[in-house]
Amino acid sequence: MSLIQRPHRRDGLVLAVACGLIGLPYGVLADSAGLTMAQAVALSVFTFAGSSQFAYVSVIGGGGNPAAAVGGALLLAARNALYGPVVTPVLRGGAFRRAVAAQFLTDETAAMASAQDDPTDARDAFWFTGLAIMSLWVAGTVAGVLLGGNLDDPGAWGLDAAFPAAFVALLVPHLATRAGRVTALIGAVVALVAVPTTPAGAPILLAALAVGPGMAVAARRRSL
Amino acid sequence: MSWTALVVLSAGAYAFKLAGVVAGERFADRLAPVTTLLPAALFSALVVTMAMADGPSLVVDARLIGVAAGVLAVTRRAPMVVVIMVAMAVTALVRVVA
Repeated sequence: MSLIQRPHRRDGLVLAVACGLIGLPYGVLADSAGLTMAQAVALSVFTFAGSSQFAYVSVIGGGGNPAAAVGGALLLAARNALYGPVVTPVLRGGAFRRAVAAQFLTDETAAMASAQDDPTDARDAFWFTGLAIMSLWVAGTVAGVLLGGNLDDPGAWGLDAAFPAAFVALLVPHLATRAGRVTALIGAVVALVAVPTTPAGAPILLAALAVGPGMAVAARRRSL
Repeated sequence: MSWTALVVLSAGAYAFKLAGVVAGERFADRLAPVTTLLPAALFSALVVTMAMADGPSLVVDARLIGVAAGVLAVTRRAPMVVVIMVAMAVTALVRVVA
């Protein structure tokens, strides 16, 4: 089996390339916020949560208080706790392997794993996507720090549309049931209502409440 | 720049991830109905916030038009690489034109 013959590996690699590209502006921002190369890379390896890292370096770069920067970044990282129960059914291995797997939990790895029908594919999608993203995210970070201010605005490439579009594709398998469609619709509405009224990170957490109405729909379908 | 904040951030981010994995193992049966639907809620919320949020405001801009083009590509069963490239190209094009 070649490296990327399987569709989930091809998609995982595409996501990793997009993460590598978005790593460039992260590196630039980290550099201009006063982080050293070692610090920018350490965040990419150990925090390994893109939106949290962007939030952190933005606040620091704007002269904000480090405690507030960490607090805001952690609120964005909190949703990764919700991905644990989504991926654990397909993960295997002992405590050490699972502890390592936890580090690789991101929006992308959880979405790639949960979009697969076959558990073996799901497990492979999780690890392949996780390792590919880690590699290219770190490479993008290094390149961004080195490039510094010599980088074009990534908005000009339309990179900000890449991730929402990719997650549309990853959402589709979850819309197969009526309960899934109701959950997705309510989740989107809750998130949109929450964006102007709650701090960054909270809208996604609040959207999880949409599972309640979704379960009610699923239960009613079963009782009919 | 001190390392303290970076260590706290990394430890906190990992604690969230690990807590989810541990909870997922310990309460797998009870959480099953929730985890079946959770991706639908979270990924649809991610799509709309990444497509429309600009800090605390909601905006309709080139990015949303690009994402809409990506949705069209998804409905035509395009592979993810095509979906992403369509979304990026349309967004970049609208920015050039606008």
